[in-house]
Amino acid sequence: MKVYLDYAATTPLDPRVLEAMKPYFIKKFGNTMSLYSLGQEAKKALEDSRETVAEFMNAKPEEIVFTGSATESDNLALKGIAFANKEKGKHIITSAIEHHAVLDTAKWLEKQGFEITYLPVDRYGFIDPEQLENSIRKDTILVSIMHANNEIGTIEPIEGIGKICREKGVYFHTDAVQSFGKIPIDVEKTNIDLLSISAHKFYGPKGVGALYVRKGVKIEPLLHGGGHEFGLRSSTVNVPGIVGLAEAVRLRKKEMKPEAKKLTKLRDYLIKKVLKIENSYLNGHPIKRLPNITNFWFAFIEGEALVVQLDSYGIAASTGSACSSKSLEPSHVLMAIGLKHEEAHGSLRLSLGKYTTEAEIGYTIKVLPKAVETLRKLSPFKGKWH
Amino acid sequence: MKVPSLYSKEIMKHFKHPKNVGSIKNPDGIGRVGNIQCGDIMELYIKIKKDKKGKEKISDAKFQTFGCVVALAVSSMLTEIVKNKTLEEAIKITNRDVLKKSGPIPPVKIHCSVLVADALHEAVYNYYSKNRREIPLELQKEHERIQDTLKLVEETHGEFTKFEKKVLGE
Repeated sequence: MKVYLDYAATTPLDPRVLEAMKPYFIKKFGNTMSLYSLGQEAKKALEDSRETVAEFMNAKPEEIVFTGSATESDNLALKGIAFANKEKGKHIITSAIEHHAVLDTAKWLEKQGFEITYLPVDRYGFIDPEQLENSIRKDTILVSIMHANNEIGTIEPIEGIGKICREKGVYFHTDAVQSFGKIPIDVEKTNIDLLSISAHKFYGPKGVGALYVRKGVKIEPLLHGGGHEFGLRSSTVNVPGIVGLAEAVRLRKKEMKPEAKKLTKLRDYLIKKVLKIENSYLNGHPIKRLPNITNFWFAFIEGEALVVQLDSYGIAASTGSACSSKSLEPSHVLMAIGLKHEEAHGSLRLSLGKYTTEAEIGYTIKVLPKAVETLRKLSPFKGKWH
Repeated sequence: MKVPSLYSKEIMKHFKHPKNVGSIKNPDGIGRVGNIQCGDIMELYIKIKKDKKGKEKISDAKFQTFGCVVALAVSSMLTEIVKNKTLEEAIKITNRDVLKKSGPIPPVKIHCSVLVADALHEAVYNYYSKNRREIPLELQKEHERIQDTLKLVEETHGEFTKFEKKVLGE
């Protein structure tokens, strides 16, 4: 049996999205900047897409900037705000568990003379809004806190954060890459100023993302050139990709709610069964997590070996183990929620998606204990660390 | 299209069907190397017997490893390499001998092959020292190098946790 349980890494393209994209490769291939009808046809597709995406998050069309990826969106948000507002201040607040697209950009900004506060999180991965409020200074220009964590699925209290930032007059960016299309988001209600998304996380194509930028926000572009995307992202517009992103969003509008209901049920069943394995633990909060992300750690074994073992059973999963990373560093998220190195080494993320079935979950909980047991037989640690 | 494998055929073979897993009761030598924080710990158990000519040879070897696919696979390979080797030969086995058997390993995983060779040298060192035998100079040097590396790893590790600690607000 083949079971894909790595939807948090990427998702397959929805066939309906592919159908929507198809005309824009060969027949309607025009450049959105061209004056003749072929160009205007492309321009219309771009603007219709912008409207669809804006509506989904309760934004205005002119507040949506299409980009090439969520990484680019995060870079544009952080660097763009930093450079446009450095006269006001050079202090940025983020969290210890952000995606590398935010964290590494923040580290780079540190080298450029900006000061970054990395807020710690509790054992579930929540930041403390009160601590955030106390960290805001006169020279703070931006707060960047993710909507939901990509590894452990914890949903941050962004409504409270948005309120605090608005009251203090500080821009609020949220990386919504994992949550967008999985749980509702409203930029008005939540007082969000900037929000990053990526199409391939919700059954759209790879290589296209977007950044919501609230009207009036002072921001500099990363790319200069033809002045596309309101001057914020020069580059010939990726019309088929953007049409695909918008079609994926349109489908999410109908399918998000019933899917979340189904996945929450499957998720909770999976968690219950996996925790029956001896010396296994859940990472993240039992309930306040995305409907589709589960994360565990298994004592006495290493996650990369577990992932390869599961692969031989046909199950695709991922790990935060150092041994799976090129840098040999364990997941910063798992370290931030207080796991020891050896515990983070034994982590496994199983993320569900719209094609996940009960039968697949049933197969997984049958096979996983075997895979864990096989590796524990090889381990020098028998029932305890010594 | 054939799906490429993450690791070499030999690595996958030993990962899926590891040889000589477990511990030996009353072993003649034990080599325990690695660092739990870095994610690899290997324990090598050896049994030593004299052959007809009175030469001491490794008659049995077993391993227990906490680590990734490559660490597990090369541990298994090592136990096959060392069997029936004299102690003089065992001391001379290096990670290159392991790499010859394993085929190409990604650069970040080369340390796994070093680790298992270290485990072997430590097991032989353990045998010599607990029997109060004279330790060959090169083995003594190797033992000191392994212990120094372990210290160095712990220190470097400390360096890298500095940023982490800052992030964690400690």
